[in-house]
Amino acid sequence: MPHERRARLALLVLGLLALGAILAFMTLGARGNWGFVLPFRGRKLLGLLLVGHAVACSTVLFQTVTANRILTPAIMGFDSLFVLCSTVLVALFGSAAVAGLDPRLVFGLNVLLMVGASMALYLWLFGGEERSLHRLLLIGVVFGIFLRMLAEFVQRLLDPNEFMVLSDMLFASFGTIPPTLLGIAVAAVAGVTLWLVPRLSRLDVIALGRPVAVNLGIRWRAEVLSVLAAVSVLVAVSAALVGPVLFFGLIAASLAHLAVGQSAHRYLLPAASLVGIIMLVGGQTVLERVFAFNIALGILVEFAGGITFIALLIGKGRR
Amino acid sequence: MIEISNLCKSYGAAPVLHDVSLSLPRGGITSLIGPNGAGKSTLLSLIARLIAPDSGSVTVDGLDVTRAPGPVLARRLAILRQENHLVARLTVRELVGFGRFPHSAGRLTPQDRAAIDRALDYLELAPLADRFIDQLSGGQRQRAFVAMVLAQDTDYLLLDEPLNNLDMKHAQAMMRLLASAARELGKTVILVLHDINFASCHSDRIVAMRQGRIFAAGTPAQIVTPDLLGELYEMQIAVREIDGQRIALFYG
Repeated sequence: MPHERRARLALLVLGLLALGAILAFMTLGARGNWGFVLPFRGRKLLGLLLVGHAVACSTVLFQTVTANRILTPAIMGFDSLFVLCSTVLVALFGSAAVAGLDPRLVFGLNVLLMVGASMALYLWLFGGEERSLHRLLLIGVVFGIFLRMLAEFVQRLLDPNEFMVLSDMLFASFGTIPPTLLGIAVAAVAGVTLWLVPRLSRLDVIALGRPVAVNLGIRWRAEVLSVLAAVSVLVAVSAALVGPVLFFGLIAASLAHLAVGQSAHRYLLPAASLVGIIMLVGGQTVLERVFAFNIALGILVEFAGGITFIALLIGKGRR
Repeated sequence: MIEISNLCKSYGAAPVLHDVSLSLPRGGITSLIGPNGAGKSTLLSLIARLIAPDSGSVTVDGLDVTRAPGPVLARRLAILRQENHLVARLTVRELVGFGRFPHSAGRLTPQDRAAIDRALDYLELAPLADRFIDQLSGGQRQRAFVAMVLAQDTDYLLLDEPLNNLDMKHAQAMMRLLASAARELGKTVILVLHDINFASCHSDRIVAMRQGRIFAAGTPAQIVTPDLLGELYEMQIAVREIDGQRIALFYG
């Protein structure tokens, strides 16, 4: 079939572009000892790969279970949920206890809290029968802001010393990926990805929307909740590594749809992940080599993503 | 055999079904008719476990639809609702192929492909098979969805207004197709129909609903009468027998 061939071609092109971006990131402008340059850049690269893959996949999965192309976990405030969970952990147990713990353990606790909270949120928002997309979008955006504000509010209640520890935990960006968490992040992302592989065809059915999927024998609530747990883990990884990114997933998912031209997850998920990697690794390379670290990647990505978001909203409104 | 007992459902404060009990035997075509808001679509969705009842139960061949495993039920009963909005971008053949999901779990076998081709042929969709759903007209899209539930090859077929968006030719072809599925393949077809004359000409049983209750149930000869229809729809309806079929006249 011609459109299958097109999707495969798109994956091939994206794969080559991603490879090119990775090569450029690792080798351009390298001076001095390769024994130092390669591991140093390699760690950064690994972080970018993980974040690109995690954000792109979590967005595609979230859009599949909510049957829309505009909402993303970030817009619904999932990564603010991560900030809120970290804040609550520090507020409850005190910075001394949290700082004394292994950061991986804190991360694990945080993920557990997030999975629970995001499921409760989902059941509340999407439970029962279908809702109108526009209402959901509105609730989602307002809710995202609410979660961010709530996190800020709790942070203001904290003792300044506790707040210092917390901001240390939350101070992450594309330039400063915390190396301690890389190991557990690799494990979490790889685990979720492997878990997804045998579920690809079921995801295609879920994308048909609840009534059709239930008719075809999908156990809707159980399936959707487990996909959502996977989304939460992926969002937690990216939020822990680079902090909240609002619109990045939206561009990755939208470009992946454009590139493969169809909705089969066996093409869509890899394409989204490759787009995410190209954008992050390529973008970071350009920023480091062309603009000499003068602009933050996050700002650029959000700028492009915000424009995509507006374009999607206007496009949907016209139809 | 579908057994519906004491089914109640309300949306928020508005009750839609009041204590509905009904039993539908295997085989034949059953049409649900009645004015807007009578609860026909809700009843169909409850039978197909798309929505959960507030109380009461539905069993299909002895299986309680709220408890039976989804995949088991999906091989026995298929439903198509009125509005089918797709976010996913699919070709007609891919959509019809999803009808095989309960049997093949996503890996199409040669038998699955044969069933897909048969369903496409039945609904005259073969020339459109590789078109994307979003490039089709409303009627073509409707037929593509019907082809999907037909490919599902279930004993029970529940269709909510399958004639929506269809022109006369395709509406007639659809009813004839469903009639042959019922008579030749022994399927049990349950339809929500607004065109009372299609219901009269093709059904084995008609169930009339009004205000969330079963108003009457019986053969077309029992239901399609001026008195009963007049009370059901609260308007004057004349019924004539033309070429052995009871035709309701309400256009004048």
